[in-house]
Amino acid sequence: MPRLTVDDLKRIKEQHKAAFTVREGGARVKITVHMGTCGIAAGARRIMETLLGEINKQGLSDIIVTTSGCAGLCSKEPMATVDVTNESPVKYGQLDEAKILRILNEHVIGGKVVEEYVLVSGNETTI
Amino acid sequence: MENYRANIMLCGGTGCTAGGSLKIREAMQQGIRDKGLEGEINIQLTTCSGFCPQGPIMIVYPDNVLYQKVSLKDVPLIIEEHLIKGRPVERLLYKEPAKKQGIPSIKDIPFFNRQVLRALRNKGLIDPDSIDEYIARDGYQAAAKALLEMTPEEIIKVVKDSGLRGRGGAGMLTGLKWERAASVKAPEKFIICNRSIIEVEPHLIIEGMIIGARAIGASQGYIYVRTGAPIIIERLNRALQQAREYGLIGENILDSGFDFELELFASSDEFVCGEETALLMSIQSMRGMPMPRPPFPVEKGLWDMPTVINTVETFANIPQIILNGAEWFRSVGTEKSPGTKIFNLSGALNNTGLIEVPMGITLRSIINDIGGGLIKGRTFKAVQVGGSTGGYIPEQYLDMPVTYEDVTHMDAIIGSGGIAVLSDLNCMVSSARFTIEFAVDESCGKCPPCRIGTSVILDLLNKVVNGTATEEDIYLMEDLALDIKNTSLCGLGQTAMNPVLSTIRFFKDEYLEHINEKWCKAGVCKELCTFYIDKEKCIGCGACARVCPKKAISGEKKKPHHIDQSLCIQCRSCYETCKFNALKIGPRSMREELTDNEAAAYIKGAIKEVVQQ
Repeated sequence: MPRLTVDDLKRIKEQHKAAFTVREGGARVKITVHMGTCGIAAGARRIMETLLGEINKQGLSDIIVTTSGCAGLCSKEPMATVDVTNESPVKYGQLDEAKILRILNEHVIGGKVVEEYVLVSGNETTI
Repeated sequence: MENYRANIMLCGGTGCTAGGSLKIREAMQQGIRDKGLEGEINIQLTTCSGFCPQGPIMIVYPDNVLYQKVSLKDVPLIIEEHLIKGRPVERLLYKEPAKKQGIPSIKDIPFFNRQVLRALRNKGLIDPDSIDEYIARDGYQAAAKALLEMTPEEIIKVVKDSGLRGRGGAGMLTGLKWERAASVKAPEKFIICNRSIIEVEPHLIIEGMIIGARAIGASQGYIYVRTGAPIIIERLNRALQQAREYGLIGENILDSGFDFELELFASSDEFVCGEETALLMSIQSMRGMPMPRPPFPVEKGLWDMPTVINTVETFANIPQIILNGAEWFRSVGTEKSPGTKIFNLSGALNNTGLIEVPMGITLRSIINDIGGGLIKGRTFKAVQVGGSTGGYIPEQYLDMPVTYEDVTHMDAIIGSGGIAVLSDLNCMVSSARFTIEFAVDESCGKCPPCRIGTSVILDLLNKVVNGTATEEDIYLMEDLALDIKNTSLCGLGQTAMNPVLSTIRFFKDEYLEHINEKWCKAGVCKELCTFYIDKEKCIGCGACARVCPKKAISGEKKKPHHIDQSLCIQCRSCYETCKFNALKIGPRSMREELTDNEAAAYIKGAIKEVVQQ
């Protein structure tokens, strides 16, 4: 292993930033892929793999990808929720690999909601 | 590093490792592979999470879900339910004692959210075996700043301004100690980390020591560890090797021109070697015995060279003081005791473990909020602050802030940072006796007050416990204890009397009960108690009879039971088992009375039988 310089310290820190974003929860965007039985059957795992692959490829470090159970709208699976900090969460439905990549690039990175895939914006009311 | 959707942190502290976390990790890895989730989910070990009694602990990020008491058979469920379907496993969540509902998020568990993490800021978050993860959490940034941007004087100034006090025993200002060592001219200087017993991440200690070495101009450092802590030794060795490979110890660190060598020194588990001069003797291959001071080690220490000795926790605070400044450090804690303190919380509490709290927090808050209050059915009696030689503090002082000054007023010490809570099941006299027995064993024998004095005190306490003491013995003990405290050579003898002095001060009535009434109300001192069953309250469930190792308890089902005093060995099992408060503890004299009554009853019964015949 080479001897470190101060720049190396910074480089190592950058490399690991993504991992710690996940652990500390300090992400700018949280993408939830709904993985109920319905979601998995409809191909949610492929959506998840595509998403993680692209995020790693682009080296994005401020995004958390996580899973949750069935969102209740089984006919619209696979679904994903994009939750940008301080914005109301947006649910997308009937996704495929191309759609999730577009959502990642336009909504998550670009900040512009991909209207044509949107199912609903906001959360259900819970008592 | 890959971006995973979930990071699973499995506690790799000593406790959780003993609880099987290594096997759980293997099973998790296998399960994750079987489900084809390798690219999505990362599992790794971390430093001690501090929640040891609930271990093995598993934390799942980014969900912040904490699982407690995880076992091998839970692994498939966690993978299937949580990792695949995103549903936390309710059964394994931490539950508050009074409630049945599990708390899913680590941020909502009082044990964790009342703590202020500085020295332990990476606990449960990073892999202690990975220098890269440490660097990712700002690791070695402070060393870089100290070596490249600051002069030794500037380092000492910021440490002094921060008001950081030695986290060992006496609470001396760390900056002042460094300043004195730096001011002495010598061909060589040393820096030593005393007793790596706290499971903080190893690189934090190394970084703190590099900064300290730069400040005083030391070229060689030692981390003094006990051989009784093999996991810590293993981790430190690995960390030292990683740091050496990265050139963070050795010659010309980070191209700064500063050279520093650091080694591990493993010694046997001698308690007295926590004292700095005894520690120095031990490193110099001599018997671990303290030396009179002055000269202080900062002037004449290891091999007669200026030597700074700080504890693990002190060094663990240094990097963040350098990075964030003195004012930041002072933002928590009190004026004279700034910062945080790590405590080992134990005793009759719902939550115990390793905690870090702001200085100045009250004992009540530690016990009730973090500790979750006393376990069901127990009432508070005292809290011992400062480890095995700390004093016992009673209920009325629980609102006292935990600072160096306040704690000392109570005949207690911050010391090694132990807080143990005693309940109504503890006898204060035998608790004091227990700690004195420890001091007798651990006294190195060099100075007479400690060597002879502790033994005499133990004899006197034995008399109280056996019921042969007189009231005068209390005053004799108090006098002698004060003399030992004032004349012992080192901290061992000086603090060993705290348990005796504080129990006599706050729990004198308990001593008097032992001496005059021959009654140990907690039922600990076997000679001074009689266990009997309250016939009004006993419902005859038979639970006590089942746990009695001597089969001394008998009785018909659903009828009041009875203890045969000639068989009873006062083990207290029945007392702790009874759910109906039917077991009582009486003074010693009751034993004879009960036996007499029993004999009378037997004779009565026999006569009746004869008459009937």
